Amino acid sequence: MIYDALIAPFVEYGFMRRSLIACLALAIGGGPIGTFLVLRRMSLMGDAMSHALLPGAAIGFLIAGLSLWTMSIGGLVAGLTVAFLAGLVSRVTALREDASLAGFYLISLALGVLIVSTQGSNVDLLHVLFGTILSVTDEALILVASIATLTVIALALIYRPLVIECFDPAFLRATTGGGTVWHFLFLVLVVVNLVAGFQALGTLMALGLMMLPAAAARFWAGAVWSLAALSTALAFLSGLAGLLLSYNFNLPSGPAIILTAGMLYLGSILLGTRDSLRTRYFPRAHFHD
Amino acid sequence: MKSVPPLHIRDLTVAYDRVPAVHHLSGSFAPGSLTAIVGPNGAGKSTLLKAIAGLVPLGEGRIEGANGNIAYLPQLAEIDRTFPIAVIDAVSLGLWREVGLFRAITGEHVTRARAALAAVGLEGFERKQVGALSAGQLQRALFARLMLQDAGLILLDEPFAAVDERTSADLMQLVANWHDEGRTVIAVLHDLERVRASFPETLLMAREPVAWGPTAEVLTPENLRRARYVSDAWGDAA
Repeated sequence: MIYDALIAPFVEYGFMRRSLIACLALAIGGGPIGTFLVLRRMSLMGDAMSHALLPGAAIGFLIAGLSLWTMSIGGLVAGLTVAFLAGLVSRVTALREDASLAGFYLISLALGVLIVSTQGSNVDLLHVLFGTILSVTDEALILVASIATLTVIALALIYRPLVIECFDPAFLRATTGGGTVWHFLFLVLVVVNLVAGFQALGTLMALGLMMLPAAAARFWAGAVWSLAALSTALAFLSGLAGLLLSYNFNLPSGPAIILTAGMLYLGSILLGTRDSLRTRYFPRAHFHD
Repeated sequence: MKSVPPLHIRDLTVAYDRVPAVHHLSGSFAPGSLTAIVGPNGAGKSTLLKAIAGLVPLGEGRIEGANGNIAYLPQLAEIDRTFPIAVIDAVSLGLWREVGLFRAITGEHVTRARAALAAVGLEGFERKQVGALSAGQLQRALFARLMLQDAGLILLDEPFAAVDERTSADLMQLVANWHDEGRTVIAVLHDLERVRASFPETLLMAREPVAWGPTAEVLTPENLRRARYVSDAWGDAA
């Protein structure tokens, strides 16, 4: 019974195994990225970036149909363009980065919707928005796994300046003479991981697997490395549980995965060991020396 | 610590949106000098420190002798105190010049970081989170980080602004030690009593330099009145 519900789907069906591996890869790359987005107070910036990918992916679709590579490259180019222009405008003019990013991602999003609605009458384009994790190809799996590998290596290389830039940006600038280059490298990693996610979960859902576990981890862990490790674990757990729910109850897989992550997030707000509602309203007695 | 070159400011102007915060400032900080920068709010004191640290673009003029070997303490407000980092790790950031991006933090480094924490009175705080420190304790930790930086030129922006009397007295002792070791120390301060008691040199500025030299000659009632007057005049113009 339990075997039928929890194990058999992965033993019997190749597409379930591939989906699970895709979730693992997304969790490994997205966990630490989401953690840094939360720590840098850029959670909503990830949302903006995921929308900014849309016109690129749509143009890629128009050029070559449902091709993994053209849509990925299109999304990557669109995302990096928006990130770069937003960063440039905020550094050259008085506009702050969140406002300039909002400006460019909205232009990008509108462009994407325009392309989708005038050209993309094809139903397949829904895959761009809502993903196709149950039909992950070997090709897509290699892409997602490569991005996860690249992300972990790149983060290891820029870990120190990234931490310093979050904690004390003025110190980083005074000591190394720069912070901009690390910021841009990080933005590139964000965009690359969103591209990986939209192959499997769609542009709208990809961010959920990145942000929800990272936000949930904040209620349990107290150091950057443990936050990243925990959000990776929670993301993979969400993928596993979401896939099983979608298989057993015949639900769409993307929303099932993200809603599972959402439940973990809500549970963490209520029950977490650090600054959760439980610790606030049912505190343990304070120390009396 | 390497020998410290003199720090020359030559006709420096730094402007935000064309309004000068520092206006035609010239002068020198001698090697090993201990100087307080005082003046009204908006007098350009923090901007001058940032210019020396290389954090703001210079409008006109030059700064000579401010290469590399600088430790800069920003105002407390610029630090994210909710960031999850242990005290010992935050203090170890002072080793950046030695370890950079990739080199390992060795046992010797850790020993030095612990010694620095002990010197600022934070023994036993190594594994505490920065967010759990009081404002005074955080300032002590940041002073420990400055010690690890082992710089010849130390810039302090309002180091005693948010701390109690005992903490500021302890930290002042550290500043005096740096002075004895031959480092050049420049601090932005508001407490004129402390400046008179502990700082041999003073720069009184109100965008322009009002007076610069031995503290007793600078902090006269006449000069202080003039600083206020210049500042008000700028306020009207800007």
